[in-house]
Amino acid sequence: MTAPLLDVQDLRVHYGRSDGAVRAVDGLTFFVREGEKFGLAGESGCGKSTSALAFLGLLRSPGRVVGGRILLDGVDLTRLSEQELRQLRFARISLVPQGAMNSLNPVMRVRDQIADTIAAHEPRVRRADAAVRVGALLESVGLRREVARLYPHELSGGMKQRVCIAMAIALRPRIIIADEPTSALDVVVQRQVLQTLDDVQRRLGAAVILVGHDMGVMAQFVDRIGIMYAGTLVEIGPVAEVFAEPLHPYTRLLIASLPSLGGKRELRGIPGLPPSLVSPPPGCRFQPRCPWAMDRCAARAPEAAEVRPGHWVSCFLHEAAR
Amino acid sequence: MTIPVLDARGVSKVFRTGVLGGRHAVALEPVSLWLGGGPSTVTAVAGESGSGKTTLARLLLGIIPPTAGAVLYSGADLRALRGREKTAFRKDVQAIFQDPFEVYNPFYRADRVLWTAARKFQLAPPGAARRELIEQALRAVGLRPDETLGRYPHQLSGGQRQRIMVARALMLRPRVIIADEPVSMIDASLRATILDALGRQARALDISVVYITHDLATAYQISETILVLYRGATVECGDVELVITQPQHPYTQLLVRSIPQPAPGASWAASEPAPADGAGGAAGGCRFADRCPHVMPICHRREPPLFRTADRRAVACFLYADAPEAAPSEVASLTSGPRDLAAGSAAAAPDVAEGSGSR
Repeated sequence: MTAPLLDVQDLRVHYGRSDGAVRAVDGLTFFVREGEKFGLAGESGCGKSTSALAFLGLLRSPGRVVGGRILLDGVDLTRLSEQELRQLRFARISLVPQGAMNSLNPVMRVRDQIADTIAAHEPRVRRADAAVRVGALLESVGLRREVARLYPHELSGGMKQRVCIAMAIALRPRIIIADEPTSALDVVVQRQVLQTLDDVQRRLGAAVILVGHDMGVMAQFVDRIGIMYAGTLVEIGPVAEVFAEPLHPYTRLLIASLPSLGGKRELRGIPGLPPSLVSPPPGCRFQPRCPWAMDRCAARAPEAAEVRPGHWVSCFLHEAAR
Repeated sequence: MTIPVLDARGVSKVFRTGVLGGRHAVALEPVSLWLGGGPSTVTAVAGESGSGKTTLARLLLGIIPPTAGAVLYSGADLRALRGREKTAFRKDVQAIFQDPFEVYNPFYRADRVLWTAARKFQLAPPGAARRELIEQALRAVGLRPDETLGRYPHQLSGGQRQRIMVARALMLRPRVIIADEPVSMIDASLRATILDALGRQARALDISVVYITHDLATAYQISETILVLYRGATVECGDVELVITQPQHPYTQLLVRSIPQPAPGASWAASEPAPADGAGGAAGGCRFADRCPHVMPICHRREPPLFRTADRRAVACFLYADAPEAAPSEVASLTSGPRDLAAGSAAAAPDVAEGSGSR
């Protein structure tokens, strides 16, 4: 098996300092292989978007990495300077942002925004060459070349998101972080945009980390999935296996809460609320809401264990299976 | 015989824009709906952005006046309500909006919305009885009063804030609740809790609900009937089981196919021939014509009326032109759920189709 492309080890990100710090990401460990689609799934406040920002070195004060490593091809991104990170961004690791509306410059034509990205990394590129590449990039995401001349306000939401994908792949990165790329789009357009992303990652051979809360999108898009809860991953596994047989109680209840079209049934949410990230509960973070909680769940946090090949879970219920 | 609490008769809305209102955009083609007055029914209004679903909510709430047609509250035009009737309307018809952040004043405690409503509508004598009523309302939506009362909006999560709004709506014992995307900003695990509480309480208290959403999966789970809107026009309506599991309109079919199902291996990834960003059908024709895989010449010439393809459904598509056209009152009865008994009384009311003719 190939070595992991991105290897995140015990990543910790806090907002603020000392006792009152929000421990947004608290011991995140996973890896992504070359060319695979990995889903980082969780509900609001679980730390998934903070993690995405950390992978790109885009955390802003008061957020900071306080521990762990983020290895991209063996290089620890947390130790790089801003200058070094800037050279990696887009070239090796790129971002498809959440709100395409806010991430494009409203007073710049699409052409110039993409060409700027190219020029920033290849200062000697000729304008005419850049223009040809912009046209090809737009076509590769299913847009007409003429879109290059337009301003962002002339584009629909789906078109803007495709422009963002075109920009993200302009320098043929090895890994693309897509942070809720379709959460503001209608379902029909959402499917088209995700198919576009699927298509370009396949042709490029790039890995994708899809960050999001929509479990339906995860089920349809990714190869492997990691379920985050209160700053840590509770379960990682092949997506089909995780949906068919979720091992962690949180994953199980989350999947059970999803409405489907396959017959009516009682809608059942997860009782209780996610814990405070300033003073998380002792032991397992899900323990206060868990119907299967035992005494020792509050005593210490269970470690991740590979219960089946490639299927990891952090829960004492599965300790015997090891 | 009961008459509907809210009776929308061919209500439509055209917005005028540009200098001197020279340009107009049809936000909503005539819709007829009956709500309340019978057993509790949840009616979903589903559509994507720009489909006119929020315009319909605002018309039903009397926030904006219709361009044609009328919304009647217990038989009286919403626009003509005054004094006591208006107060009764404001109690009988409650709204729950999408954003659980915007409805709160950050300087006041969040439970103020409950106390104010209880006082204004004199729900219980002030003091212990009123407090008990409020606590009961909070518990009914799964909130713990001691964790909620006295808190400021920023101290509560989005889910808690939205549940307070649901509690407020239910506490007033309305006859109709118009919920416009009530859970679209809420996490999945909580969405189920809130919708379940809303549906359960509505049934227990005989409240009819209009559930306006872009999410067909939750619409399918909590409603009995559905109205699917596309660019301001009703494309399909009727029994939710039929419409969602056997959609007839090509647009509904596309919509259902596009839902990412939480089941890996479902057929979501199949390629879709539809153009990415169609500019809309030609004026006067079917709005879906430019994206429709079954488009025929007639689709560009005429707007399809709703055809009654089965007892409990109607679809606006010429593929089903063999079926009889559905009259507005029939459409209203299709969306008002298991309440065919009331159909007679409402049809007997004067001139049901009045609104649709003035287009």
